[in-house]
Amino acid sequence: MSPAQNTHPLEHIRNFAIIAHIDHGKSTLADRLIQTCGGLEEREMSEQVLDNMDIERERGITIKAQTVRLLYTAKDGIEYQLNLMDTPGHVDFSYEVSRSLASCEGSLLIVDASQGVEAQTLANVYMAMENDHEIVPVINKIDLPAADIDSAKEAIENVIGLPADEALPVSGKTGEEIDDLLEAIVKRLPCPTSQDLTAPTKALLVDSWYDSYLGVVILVRVIDGYLAKGQKIRFMGTKATRDIDRVGIFTPKKVMLDQLGPGEMGFITAGIKDISDTKVGDTLTDEKNMCDTPLEGFKPSIPMVFCSLFPIDNGEYEKLRDSLARLALNDSSLIYENENSQALGMGFRCGFLGLLHMEIIQERLEREFDLDLIPTAPSVVYHIHMNNGTMIELYNPVDMPDVVMINEIHEPWIKATILTPDEYLGGLLQLCQERRGEQLNLTYVGDRAMLEYRLPLNEVVFDFYDRLKSISRGYASFDYHVDDYKTEDLVRLSILVNGESIDALAMIVHRSQAERRGRQLCERLKDLIPRQMFKIAIQAAIGGKIIARESLSAMRKDVTAKCYGGDISRKKKLLDKQKKGKAKMRQYGNVDIPQSAFIAALRMGDE
Amino acid sequence: MNKPLSLYIHWPFCLSKCPYCDFNSHVADHVDHDVWLDSFKTELSYFKNTVEGGRVVSIFFGGGTPSLMKPFVVEGILTHIHDLWEVEAGCEITLEANPTSIEADKFQAFREAGINRVSIGVQSLNDQDLKFLGRTHSAQEAIKAIEIADKIFERRSLDLIYARPDQTLQGWEEELTRALKIIKGHVSLYQLTIEQGTPFYTAHKRGDFSVPQSDKGADFYELTQAMMERAGMPAYEVSNHAIKGQESAHNLTYWRYGSYIGVGPGAHGRVSIQGQKHATRIHCAPAIWLERVREKGHGLQACDPLSQEVQQSEALMMGLRLNEGVHIEEINLDKGRLNHLIEEGDLELSLYTLKATPQGRLRLNSVLSYLYG
Repeated sequence: MSPAQNTHPLEHIRNFAIIAHIDHGKSTLADRLIQTCGGLEEREMSEQVLDNMDIERERGITIKAQTVRLLYTAKDGIEYQLNLMDTPGHVDFSYEVSRSLASCEGSLLIVDASQGVEAQTLANVYMAMENDHEIVPVINKIDLPAADIDSAKEAIENVIGLPADEALPVSGKTGEEIDDLLEAIVKRLPCPTSQDLTAPTKALLVDSWYDSYLGVVILVRVIDGYLAKGQKIRFMGTKATRDIDRVGIFTPKKVMLDQLGPGEMGFITAGIKDISDTKVGDTLTDEKNMCDTPLEGFKPSIPMVFCSLFPIDNGEYEKLRDSLARLALNDSSLIYENENSQALGMGFRCGFLGLLHMEIIQERLEREFDLDLIPTAPSVVYHIHMNNGTMIELYNPVDMPDVVMINEIHEPWIKATILTPDEYLGGLLQLCQERRGEQLNLTYVGDRAMLEYRLPLNEVVFDFYDRLKSISRGYASFDYHVDDYKTEDLVRLSILVNGESIDALAMIVHRSQAERRGRQLCERLKDLIPRQMFKIAIQAAIGGKIIARESLSAMRKDVTAKCYGGDISRKKKLLDKQKKGKAKMRQYGNVDIPQSAFIAALRMGDE
Repeated sequence: MNKPLSLYIHWPFCLSKCPYCDFNSHVADHVDHDVWLDSFKTELSYFKNTVEGGRVVSIFFGGGTPSLMKPFVVEGILTHIHDLWEVEAGCEITLEANPTSIEADKFQAFREAGINRVSIGVQSLNDQDLKFLGRTHSAQEAIKAIEIADKIFERRSLDLIYARPDQTLQGWEEELTRALKIIKGHVSLYQLTIEQGTPFYTAHKRGDFSVPQSDKGADFYELTQAMMERAGMPAYEVSNHAIKGQESAHNLTYWRYGSYIGVGPGAHGRVSIQGQKHATRIHCAPAIWLERVREKGHGLQACDPLSQEVQQSEALMMGLRLNEGVHIEEINLDKGRLNHLIEEGDLELSLYTLKATPQGRLRLNSVLSYLYG
């Protein structure tokens, strides 16, 4: 079968992304564009049609990229093919965002008329600029009473550095000025510069997800050549070859086509069952007519944040395993492996792209799969340089080798950008200092400060984001990307009960923080562990050195006041019941500690 | 055939229910005393024919409020017991009594019926606390009842409840000092326990009040022990104090894990049937009990044989409450755990006796659960 010409010539195609902060109305605006172009009838519009998952809809976060092909007849009388790319919207997914942006020639930058520019928006704008995007600034939510178009314009000019007079004021909610926006897309954004149909196929794998009917669905942008049904294609990164069995687009309804031509976006399926076979950023080419070089910028996603998840009910281990497998079907960046903790039983050590990713996975496991989980304190990947010259990647503090064999420990550092109203600057500077931060830059835009810091990631995963939000009453925004690894004076802090280490509470901390954190945990456990028959020593230690200690005195009184002839059987039952209760206990030395104490200690770690 | 035997008779009725009490008690408008007497007699006969043992060493009327029984019922029961069994001379025959004037007026009749010891539920010497505990008598009335009892009975005991909500150590010290003036021979001093299924349980859970627990409870207990020792009445059991020779023979049967028959609604027993120790339990509901006794001659709901293992654990559970400890010739216990408890100073082991130390007795539940853990 020979490929057909595109329905729309290249110069009548516009591929664009929408850049916006969470809650700045990206999805609503996208809905309005779809509706205006007739993609869906009024009655078919459910709010935020693009966000499929409940969690995406609720939290206003897009996790998976989506494309929609819109047909728009412009004022010049020509019908244009507009491919709207809805990008994932969070820092954890910055690689995915960069690939989504790479599939487009231009972006709409959405700024909330009442909120101004946020840190994350800025990061994504820079990423769009790196991808040579033409950017149309859009001031959204002008229908709101609090809308301040002038300051939004000022922010666009001063913070982002785009000419403010080019900004378009619109309302995604009421549809005001949507026509002007569509005209601007056509007039101001460039068309794709793809080569013609005869060039060897070169297509970008933008994203992929698992569909229980279709298998893995791959979102693609054709750069050169075409993708057609029946074609044998090669994934240049993973070197796999497959036959395309379906080609289509979203309008946003799924529409099957025979092919996607140069410059076009859509989806294909190719009989793939495992999402990890489809790496975001990979290049697709024709097996028989291969292109010379793959697209630039492909890199496998690397989990940066790790934590262990244990079912509160140990009987739910299998359910947790199956649930993780189900989620991983659609999320190749989620990795997990079996872990057996003395304190918490059987569970999994899981790796995530970042904090939000971790939170979303935990939430989905609890909500969609009805699991009760105990997460351990999040940790990062340390590079342990051994005396013998080898390097070990440490994913779990429990596995840290003996210190005498370690030469250096390196930890990941990030570059963070924080935008905050001036009044919270002092508190945020203090927070960054406490977390071993190094200030890089401090600039002002009106009454907002832009703070750039280098910070150790392990200080950020702990509770940095929550503290940032609480110090700034929710006004500060935060964005980061991983910078490099750096040698630091890091130690493993162990918590011991009666001399035995509690694996689930082990953590790696900077030596300067060890004593404070150790004391905190000891005090906390002292309150949480119920009194026992015997005195319990609770200690925090670095290696063999005790740096903090608490002692829980023995229980003095526990006796039934009245015990006569009629009470024997009842009392006996109570004893048997206590015996059963011990199944939920973990034994440390001669002390039984209820698992609930560890759970509570870990929970409080979030506060 | 003349193994010692104790008899317990349960009278399940009260005029009103106390909010802390989880015993089997009911408030009834009308009780046909003749029917009840017949039923007790029938059930006693049933046991006489079923269980081994012949020499009755103690009889105890408990409840409920057995002082609400008409004296002729008590008399009828005791006569029947004498007809069925050999009753040891000087057999301790106790009746629990509430210290209201109405009940005190019946003391003489109870004496004539055969009662030789009363156990009086004084509970507190503070009127406000008595009210809180749901008691219908005043402190003054209680003292009066004791004076009457002293004229009639040779032996008597009284109950007090301490570690009450909002009670201070000082408050209890002062109250026990006053109480010592009316304590004679024997006294039971109980820490208030919040039992499941009582109005106090709900109120306590709701946070209406709190009671001294753990360390505070231990302080109350230790103060009590010190005061009672000074007064020459050390504890012979966790909550019971007596001058020498005045210990409750009946209750010692329980703690020494002897044989006892329990009759009446909700009563428990430990009896020997064909050489095998059994646990017996009588149906709790008064109406059903009457019906069962009428139809079958007894109200037994369960009569289960006890394994050697269970017998030993029950014997320990009860015996370690006693100052004298438990006589054991063969130890079927985890040696490691036992030794650990001895090292920790909770238990003492001599040739044939295992004893809880004061420290161990104060946390006996934990000691036992560790021992059997």
